[in-house]
Amino acid sequence: MIMRLIRMIGRDIRDALKSVFRNFSLSMASISCITITLILVSLAIILSYNVNNITVIIKKDFTIVTFLDNKIDQEGINEIEYSIREHPNIAEYKFQSKADIAVSMMEADEIFKSIMQRWDEDENPLKDIFLIKVKDVEKITETAKEIEQLNNVSVVSYGEGIVEQFLSMFKIVEKALLGAVALFVVVTAFLINNTIKLTITARSREIEIMRLVGASNFNIQLPFIVEGLFLGVLGAIIPIILTIYGYNALYINFDGYFYSPFMRLVQPEPYIYILSLILLGIGILVGMFGSFRAVRKYLKI
Amino acid sequence: MELIRIRGVDKQYKNGVTALCNLDLSIKKGDFVFVIGASGSGKSTLIKLLHREEKPNKGKIIIGGIDVAKLRNSKVYKLRRKLGVVFQDYKLLPKLTVYENVAFALEIFGLSSNEVRTKTIKALELVGLKNKAKQYPDQLSGGEQQRVAIARAIVNGPKLLLCDEPTGNLDPRTSMGIMKVLDVINKMGTTVIMATHDKQIVDKMKKRVVLLDEGKLVKDFEKGTYDNEID
Repeated sequence: MIMRLIRMIGRDIRDALKSVFRNFSLSMASISCITITLILVSLAIILSYNVNNITVIIKKDFTIVTFLDNKIDQEGINEIEYSIREHPNIAEYKFQSKADIAVSMMEADEIFKSIMQRWDEDENPLKDIFLIKVKDVEKITETAKEIEQLNNVSVVSYGEGIVEQFLSMFKIVEKALLGAVALFVVVTAFLINNTIKLTITARSREIEIMRLVGASNFNIQLPFIVEGLFLGVLGAIIPIILTIYGYNALYINFDGYFYSPFMRLVQPEPYIYILSLILLGIGILVGMFGSFRAVRKYLKI
Repeated sequence: MELIRIRGVDKQYKNGVTALCNLDLSIKKGDFVFVIGASGSGKSTLIKLLHREEKPNKGKIIIGGIDVAKLRNSKVYKLRRKLGVVFQDYKLLPKLTVYENVAFALEIFGLSSNEVRTKTIKALELVGLKNKAKQYPDQLSGGEQQRVAIARAIVNGPKLLLCDEPTGNLDPRTSMGIMKVLDVINKMGTTVIMATHDKQIVDKMKKRVVLLDEGKLVKDFEKGTYDNEID
């Protein structure tokens, strides 16, 4: 039984290949459309995966620096600490007194050391700070504003706006890409639908005779589904090559990150191979879906 | 033993034409039956009902214990594998050779190439075309093409062979050649039902003759001739 199935599928693959070449122009149209779709899918996945990756890094590292009034007393600090501890969007915080900061800065810089040594403990012009990490980076502005409202807080700094701009820009690009992908999937399915329709018409006599000599519906439908699958596989070749070589080239060219160490790219391996499999899978699915629709519609069983 | 039992079958096409009307007919295993009648008498419709190309509006068509009238579309192939059908226009695939045309009926089931070869060559031998296996249908005469179609119909070893005017396009001598082949197949145990209006053939073969007129069974003779049916 299994041998029979294998032989049947072997025959269908042979027929599907023949058919792809017989309807060369329409087959090429379908294949190119799958290719474009898959390239866009690849871009969308690479982009969103990297943005996610970068966002995770930023989320880990991003800090709200809260500067307290210079003249604050211990009670005021406790009050602020309490407010921070109770805030729902704050993951963790760390207090650094102005004395600690002075010490660490003096260790880091000679000039600063000489300046600082002129002040004694009470005259220290620096400010105590809370280093705060938030849970949800997208709400960082609100959180920062709420902290700024607290008594005795002088300045709050968190790289205002950069994160939001970065995220919202990529969200727009991602949405545009997803829209384009959806559009191309529809166009591709339509083209494959037509290609298979043409094959069905071209083989109508063969189908009639197949019915006559006792071919089951499965026997009759399988070659067309295989042909759709074939179109999908052929359409996936170029996107896969582009993904593997293109992403590697990009990664090497940018040395692994954009602009700053925050914008780290995802390592190419094994990521690109998984992505290639996803592309192949999508190609096959789109191809089979298109031909399945045509078989349903035009192959009267 | 009864192979086919038709009881109270009505067939009306969607355009309103009544093709068969309250038809009763029994056919024994191993019979050779001519179905004759004028054009539009329902001969072809009867053949179509038997291989479930069409469904009757009413009545039962039982072939080998299966009610063909109730067979679901998706199960029709099971019936088709047990019978062979031959048409006036041969229905061969022009791009395949004689051998490939016959083997086609076996390959779609996924038989091994050895099995396919043995059975195909046997069928071609039976119709006397083994030496033309590598030619294409358009290189053959009409009679030879019809014999290829017969080989394809019987290559599966069916119990029943349906022929819808198989000699309709052929001259009398070639037709007799076809009839000889069908007779051999019948003698090997296959039940043959043949719709025709070829007087000469019917007279010569002296087989059972069923006469249809306007969709009704008019006469049914053992070893009949065309004339004694018509008068």
